[in-house]
Amino acid sequence: METPLIEFKNVTKRFGEKTVLDKVNLSIYENQITTIIGKSGTGKSVLLKHIIGLLKPDEGTIIFQGKPVNKMKKSEWDACRSQIAYLFQNNALLDSMTVLDNVAFPLRQTTNFSSAEIEKRALKRIEELELTEAAGKFPSELSGGMQKRVALARALATDPKIVLFDEPTTGQDPIRKNMILSMVTHYRRKFGFTAVMVSHDIPDVFFISDRIVILWEGTVGFEGTYEEAVRLKLPMIDEFLRSLEGFQDELTGLLSREAFRVHYAAMLGGTATVAAVSAALFSVRLNLLHEALGPQAAVEVLRALGEYTNRRFNPIGGFSARHSRDEILTIFPHTSIDEARRLVADFAQELKHEAIDRIQSIALAEIGGAACFDIYIHAGVAEVSPEDTIDQIIEKARAEQEIVATHRCGSGGNEQ
Amino acid sequence: MTSLDRIGSANPPITALTLIGRGTLRLLGNLGAMAIFFSIAFINIFRRKQLREIIRQVFYIGARSSLIVLLVGLFTGMVLGLQLFYTLVKFGSVGALGSAISLSLVREMGPVLAAIMIAARAGSGMAAEIGILRISEQVDALYTMRVDPVRYLISPRIAASIISFPILTAFFDLIGIIGGYLTGVLLLGTNAGTYFYRVQSSLSMVDVRGGFIKALIFGAIVSCICCFQGYFCHMRTDGYGAKAVGLATVSAVVLSCVMILVADYVVTSFLM
Repeated sequence: METPLIEFKNVTKRFGEKTVLDKVNLSIYENQITTIIGKSGTGKSVLLKHIIGLLKPDEGTIIFQGKPVNKMKKSEWDACRSQIAYLFQNNALLDSMTVLDNVAFPLRQTTNFSSAEIEKRALKRIEELELTEAAGKFPSELSGGMQKRVALARALATDPKIVLFDEPTTGQDPIRKNMILSMVTHYRRKFGFTAVMVSHDIPDVFFISDRIVILWEGTVGFEGTYEEAVRLKLPMIDEFLRSLEGFQDELTGLLSREAFRVHYAAMLGGTATVAAVSAALFSVRLNLLHEALGPQAAVEVLRALGEYTNRRFNPIGGFSARHSRDEILTIFPHTSIDEARRLVADFAQELKHEAIDRIQSIALAEIGGAACFDIYIHAGVAEVSPEDTIDQIIEKARAEQEIVATHRCGSGGNEQ
Repeated sequence: MTSLDRIGSANPPITALTLIGRGTLRLLGNLGAMAIFFSIAFINIFRRKQLREIIRQVFYIGARSSLIVLLVGLFTGMVLGLQLFYTLVKFGSVGALGSAISLSLVREMGPVLAAIMIAARAGSGMAAEIGILRISEQVDALYTMRVDPVRYLISPRIAASIISFPILTAFFDLIGIIGGYLTGVLLLGTNAGTYFYRVQSSLSMVDVRGGFIKALIFGAIVSCICCFQGYFCHMRTDGYGAKAVGLATVSAVVLSCVMILVADYVVTSFLM
């Protein structure tokens, strides 16, 4: 088995009477994103601070590259620390320095490069993180997202092998949260570092993490991949899954893609013995709609399709999400492919009688009575195997797609 | 139940003696911590890459405090000129005005008042700045970047204070003597030649050296107290966050002023 890069062995940390970490054992492996999750106050940040040495354990040992930290000489520990960078939750940028000086600071203080070389390296990082225009500005003059990027640029300035992220998405809006997580994965690929992230933003972090560590009342409740976590059916994981409610695609009211993936993984984890699972892929050709009706009408059509899908399939246990701009995938647990086909056929009838009418009224409102446009709603049904990924299901269902509801120019709707 | 009966009980009451004992232990603990803090910071002054930061701090602590020190020095000298003139007139010794002003300034008032003014101006700034760095995790950030926060933040300030305090004290003394000249000679009509002759003849190198030694010690004390208060403001039990920074700043200035006067007495008793 691979040797862990960092290992915690029975690490205990107390603050006064309170035991924050209680005999914590965990391993962090090279070139992986390890995410530590848990409720507030369970010691996630405390654990992270032990890795960099900001805190020291009261009991137990931290092993770095096979050697206990408490037995290292100062020079050895310094060499280890030189491989680690820490991204603070509040960025902790040096606020009296410009962006350039912040990024150059660790190089100026810890290397013997010439001033020109330091500036060149700092500017390179600034450029890579798309901060060129902000190089001369102070941190207080930047937006939260830009400050986060500056903090990342500073953390990466010394080419660390390990980057520790302390709640990088906390307090950010959904768009920025998504941007930060994408940034972590993007730069991890680009610069090839090992990442350890503390977060309680689930499920978002599940989709970028190779390994998950769940801290539960001061101890490690689980350590492994997300799929393993779901299969184990631990009460704490159920609690996390419950928190997924409310993760919705704002446009359609369906589940977000991330929440959909988690539901799908949970379903497979919990129903390994259930034979029949089916899926349906609905799509509407938005390009044609967009040309005919304009962008707002296209959005309305998609929203209507989402509403109908939810209304029809949620009560029978189905769950749906938009997987590309104009495709909606629905999973039917405990449903054979024949039953799924029947459900989709009934749904198509409903679409023809209600949804197309609604689309027609949207068109009239948008471009007047002389509207001439075609709408084709496609649907395809496929059988789901437990080993299928979501992309494979989409491919299978797409291959089965056929037109189930149509509105043609001048027909006035309700035509197939 | 008498107080003697309570001695053997499981929860003895908090008495005045207990409070004094706790206070003394806390004070000794803090003094010990401050001594270690100062020693570490002092040793780090001589590490590489410090010169630029020391020069910068000399500018902030020394150059930027010079105006206020000169102003206070001038008016102190002028007040001394007035007070001593009317006192010496009673004894018919107006000719000793130059001696009285220069000796009191160089031996006592110069080092003490200059140090108090620098503590109020630069010391409060040191405590507040380091305190804010601490509560905004910038001190921790320095550590994570393998920059020793004591070396980077504290050592240059202590070095700059030790350099700046004697220089500012010298300015204070000089401008104070000029202030005495303004009131004693120009306003009240003492002979200018007598005034400067008395200044020159009464001041010896021992006085000047004593004043400088005091200034050096005050510089070390003020910078150490102010940096210590700011650096450990997050460990205060009487306030957190911004409030802790405010309290640390107040403590820094008050403690510095008290310690300047205490140290002045101790050093003077050794020098005399």
